[in-house]
Amino acid sequence: MVKLTIDGKAVEVEAGSTILDAAKKVGINIPTLCHMEMKDMCIENKPAGCRICVVEVEGRRNLAPSCATAVSEGMVVKTNTIRVLNARRVVMELILSDHPADCLVCAKNGNCDLQSMAQRLDVTEIRYAGVQSTYREDFSPSIIRDMDKCIMCRRCETMCNEVQTVGALSGVNRGFEAVVAPAFEQDLEKSVCTYCGQCVAVCPTGALTEVNNTNRVIAALANPKKKVVVQVAPAVRAALGEEFGLEPGTLVTGKMVAALRNLGFDSVFDTDFAADLTIMEEGTELLDRLTKHLNGEKTHLPILTSCCPAWVNFFEKQFPEFKDIPSTARSPQQMFGSIAKTYYADKIGVDRSDLIVVSIMPCLAKKYECQRDEFKVEGNPDVDFALTTRELGGLIKRANIDFNSLADEDFDKPLGESTGAGVIFGVTGGVIEAAVRTAYEVYTKKTLKSVDFTELRGMEGIRHATVDFDGLELNIGIAHGLGNARELLESIRRGENKFHAIEIMSCPGGCIGGGGQPWHHGKQDVLKARAKAIYAEDVGKTIRKSHENPYIIKLYEEFLGQPMSDKAHHLLHTNYFDREVKFEVKK
Amino acid sequence: MADYKFHLLVCGGTGCHASNSDVLAENLKAELAEHKLSEEVQVVSTGCFGFCEKGPIVKVVPDNTFYTQVAPDDARDIVEEHVIKGRKVERLLYVDPNKKEQIGDSKHMDFYKKQLRIALRNCGFINPENIDEAIARDSYAAMAKVLSEMTPKDVIQVIKESGLRGRGGGGFPTGLKWEIAANNEADQKYVVCNADEGDPGAFMDRSILEGDPHTVLEAMAICGYSMGADKGVIYIRAEYPLAIHRLKVALKQAREYGLLGTNIMDTGFNHDIELRYGAGAFVCGEETALIRSMEGKRGEPTSKPPFPAQEGFNKKPTNVNNVETFANIPPIILKGSDWFSSIGSEKSKGTKVFALAGKINNVGLIEVPMGTTLREVIYEIGGGIKDGKKFKAVQTGGPSGGCLTEKHLDTPIDFDNLLAVGSMMGSGGMIVMDEDDCMVSVAKFFLEFTVEESCGKCAPCRIGNKRLHELLVKITEGKATKKDIRNMRNLCHVIKDTSLCGLGQTSPNPVLSTLENFYDEYMEHVENHNCPAGQCKALMRYYVLPDKCIGCGACARACPVGAISGERKKEHVIDQHLCIKCGACLEKCKFDSIIVK
Amino acid sequence: MEGNITIKLQQKSIDKIKEICAAFDNDSGELINVLHKTQEHFGYLPAEVQELVASELNCSVAKVYGVVTFYSFFTMIPKGEFPISVCTGTACYVRGADKVVEEIVKELGIKVGETTADGKFSLSCLRCVGACGLAPVVMVGDRTYGRVAPEKVKEILAEYK
Repeated sequence: MVKLTIDGKAVEVEAGSTILDAAKKVGINIPTLCHMEMKDMCIENKPAGCRICVVEVEGRRNLAPSCATAVSEGMVVKTNTIRVLNARRVVMELILSDHPADCLVCAKNGNCDLQSMAQRLDVTEIRYAGVQSTYREDFSPSIIRDMDKCIMCRRCETMCNEVQTVGALSGVNRGFEAVVAPAFEQDLEKSVCTYCGQCVAVCPTGALTEVNNTNRVIAALANPKKKVVVQVAPAVRAALGEEFGLEPGTLVTGKMVAALRNLGFDSVFDTDFAADLTIMEEGTELLDRLTKHLNGEKTHLPILTSCCPAWVNFFEKQFPEFKDIPSTARSPQQMFGSIAKTYYADKIGVDRSDLIVVSIMPCLAKKYECQRDEFKVEGNPDVDFALTTRELGGLIKRANIDFNSLADEDFDKPLGESTGAGVIFGVTGGVIEAAVRTAYEVYTKKTLKSVDFTELRGMEGIRHATVDFDGLELNIGIAHGLGNARELLESIRRGENKFHAIEIMSCPGGCIGGGGQPWHHGKQDVLKARAKAIYAEDVGKTIRKSHENPYIIKLYEEFLGQPMSDKAHHLLHTNYFDREVKFEVKK
Repeated sequence: MADYKFHLLVCGGTGCHASNSDVLAENLKAELAEHKLSEEVQVVSTGCFGFCEKGPIVKVVPDNTFYTQVAPDDARDIVEEHVIKGRKVERLLYVDPNKKEQIGDSKHMDFYKKQLRIALRNCGFINPENIDEAIARDSYAAMAKVLSEMTPKDVIQVIKESGLRGRGGGGFPTGLKWEIAANNEADQKYVVCNADEGDPGAFMDRSILEGDPHTVLEAMAICGYSMGADKGVIYIRAEYPLAIHRLKVALKQAREYGLLGTNIMDTGFNHDIELRYGAGAFVCGEETALIRSMEGKRGEPTSKPPFPAQEGFNKKPTNVNNVETFANIPPIILKGSDWFSSIGSEKSKGTKVFALAGKINNVGLIEVPMGTTLREVIYEIGGGIKDGKKFKAVQTGGPSGGCLTEKHLDTPIDFDNLLAVGSMMGSGGMIVMDEDDCMVSVAKFFLEFTVEESCGKCAPCRIGNKRLHELLVKITEGKATKKDIRNMRNLCHVIKDTSLCGLGQTSPNPVLSTLENFYDEYMEHVENHNCPAGQCKALMRYYVLPDKCIGCGACARACPVGAISGERKKEHVIDQHLCIKCGACLEKCKFDSIIVK
Repeated sequence: MEGNITIKLQQKSIDKIKEICAAFDNDSGELINVLHKTQEHFGYLPAEVQELVASELNCSVAKVYGVVTFYSFFTMIPKGEFPISVCTGTACYVRGADKVVEEIVKELGIKVGETTADGKFSLSCLRCVGACGLAPVVMVGDRTYGRVAPEKVKEILAEYK
């Protein structure tokens, strides 16, 4: 333990702690900007670049960045002397001097860390105005980059390279021209970007934002010729409340349904229904491959989940040799769209071109996924628009709906009925747990005593567990965050694989930590609270196994036949592409 | 070298090389061959003599005749006159600019009289591509002593007691640095030589590497022995092809002689050295940035701690010293710490190499004991100001340093004194300025450099220096206010106080020191929109001298903006508000009646 | 699939880059050394070359580009047949290097960092080359010109025209 004084207060902390940590312990909240630490997720961004957190340390010539300076015995720290206040403010003015002042019409207005820091430091003028750096705006199907607003905090770079190991972004150029960008400062679309959106999730300013589709949805809703239905992903209900000032982890399923109905959607459905459907297909595929494996036939094991579109992009671009390993099952979003525009459209007697399917997703990659050619029929996409949780929040506010006072309502039938297994798709470990619940019962033909496989839960980046399928030991691997996924893939590549099935979610924490969720501002407790809410929703469900969902059973009876039937294959499965950069010989 | 009657030492440093000294050396060899003297007279291409102003230099040993500005064609005279007939070629002898007399022996030259060469001891004396010549002048003797007689702790003790401080700029005690690296246990450690010399106007490291590469290799091995590192890396600027070439030759020869590699001198000690190349980033002179760069990354510095001694190259304990620091090590080992600490000032021991440049008569590389005054350096060694102009300032420490004036001339130069007067030792650049230099422009020049070289990682350096430069531009354009000056001063202090690495922590020094020492000159720009040195283009004014103007109208016709008016055969006037300072009138006037002020 | 990236390079270029990378054990820690060798061979570092270097060293092309743009020695623009470099170290500055640059800019009609349309000359500024005794210094290729006054620029360029 190390003893020191901060602003006259004595404090004792573990050796190796930073001044910032120590100050927190005695209620001194030193402002930070670039610093971000989510310890349990192994996310740390500490370039000590913004210099906002500087403090005075007795005996030191210059000011010390409190985020990156370790405490030492007897240290005397002052965080609010006139020297510090002046420095902090001048640095803030400098940062603002190279940042557009269009806050009022910025997508991050009100949610911007830079804006709130400027307020907090009471910056009311910029004495050091000068030229500002300008860059070409970059629009991709999911993410908009407006680097004029970049403050070089490097959080996006840390997420993209260290956490996700995608490598789409890097610091480029130097000095005043330095900025974070893809190679050759090209568009993200021409990079290895997976659209996981983790860069957007951590960007403190409006430099990285999502492509906003709300106006197109409003237009669709206003079009009397169109039937507009909506599906909502599981993780949305555990986070949407934050948009309306509710505590993180507040479940708002009922209010959310009411709000969507208020917005004018013709039917409010649940992606959880499609999650149950995914389990039927993916679970059957798992058992199929497993049986082949046990019979000594040639097959691909482990089976990898395929619900996560950023993950699909990741292996298509970086591990194309594995493109036959993941389950061919489409993601729940796309299964929903496919069923909605066939089975459901037929049921209500509407042509697919007059049916608009909107999805509310915690995710930015979903915006890209629904535009993929495989998920279109004669140019008409199965899912027309994917909105994020944040966009939905904005839409509700614009429609003058007092969200918090809404009475709970239920999803519509038939595509709104779901089980607890569908709900837990929103959190890391959930997809595989849902699959196990069904696969176990189908394989063993026995009923589970408990459906809670707690060994599959948690926030550790890579987890494994063995589930006893009545004598058959099923080895399961789980990774969340693409960096962890890479580690698992590389172990497979080295031939060290011992798993039968692996679940992969791109975002740390799973979909609850998706790039489209309300801003967590780097607080990992927010993610944990959301995970808790998801499991609470599961417990609250009367049916908790996908294969027991009566509407799923009915769907197979009326329309699909069996899981993995030809029709199911056609509508609910897909194939993957080798999208690695290729080198060709120029003649 | 005893077998030869004469040695003709031809400077092969970069400056002389650029003036065809290589051709000269070839010609000398050809002349000697023609006269069948190749067995008696040896031509040696050496490293830099330091007296770059008068290059190419040829020194004749043993009589110390010092020929300056020798052209390739002069080879014949040197051989036929000096070598054969024993007559000095008078027209090539150095002429003392003050006494106006020829000096035949370099020992009597003011340029060398006050110098004490420790780091540069072999530069100009040996052929750097011949290890035997280096060994003849005691190279590797210190390493032999260390390996056979001393424990690693002894070595560190000697270096600590010598008082040697890092010559790269910071002035951190070298022995202490070695000790910290030695005390950090690890399976692998590294010795790194920082040869990414980047201060504009400093070239001592280059000269040492070009003139005496073995001293650096030897010192690195000694350092490796003391801290337990069997690997060394020299990080060198790719723009130094000659130094790289000589290092490669030296490495090869040292390995062949068993002075590098495994089981050196049969002592069981292993040490080998590889080269890594810088790629043009000044910030890589900062040790954490240098290490990032060695790892193949962007050279962005990181917060210290962890220090490289704890976590450096490949996350292993690493000791980084610069070239000149290493060059001091072997003599300290051989002659002892008492000898070294008897030289210099109280807190800065030994000597320092300076690259003397700018408006001074004897541009070149000099080495003087710490504590020598600026006046001695500029007037005695440097021979005073060029073209009889008036001394105005001397800039020390490169972009991290400051401009000192007349009143500082008697300051003894050492780390602490320079810091106290608002400048820095830096790596030893010393640029002399005369009355024609505008100090605001000089500050602007350095800031332009800093802006260009900032890595962009931390906000105060990335944006602050840009703003500082913009403010200086504003001043040189006569558009700044007194409030700007106030803000600028505050900005300088904040940049120094908050920047991540040494680059930003010192970049405002040229501004602060000129503000301090030349405040009136700043004010003249701000209040009277006038540049006293006549350097700031935007503040120049064109005038017609009434008594010289004959009213020909040529200037008015040439003026692209119609700023000149006047009746025919009468004097013309320039409207200062319209004038764009293009200079067209000046060019056209045949009667020298237009002046710029 | 749409949006796939295909990089086209000549066979001998592919072979050369692979050879260079292999000489450094395909170790991304040697990226800067690899780039030095590659630029030495190609004269510059076009995007396609960087893509293959990244692929060979198993690191992201964004990282390679980040490094290329950090160091002023690396360039993505082909240099002229006669690359002109003006030393802009302090010693050269106080002896008028800026005016020499201005003169060359005027003569060639290109800015610093550019190459003439005919590919003959390119212009760059260098940090101190350590020939302060000859300030201001201009280099054309490997040849060094000392004490260059603005008036001498035309004469020097004429040697190469």
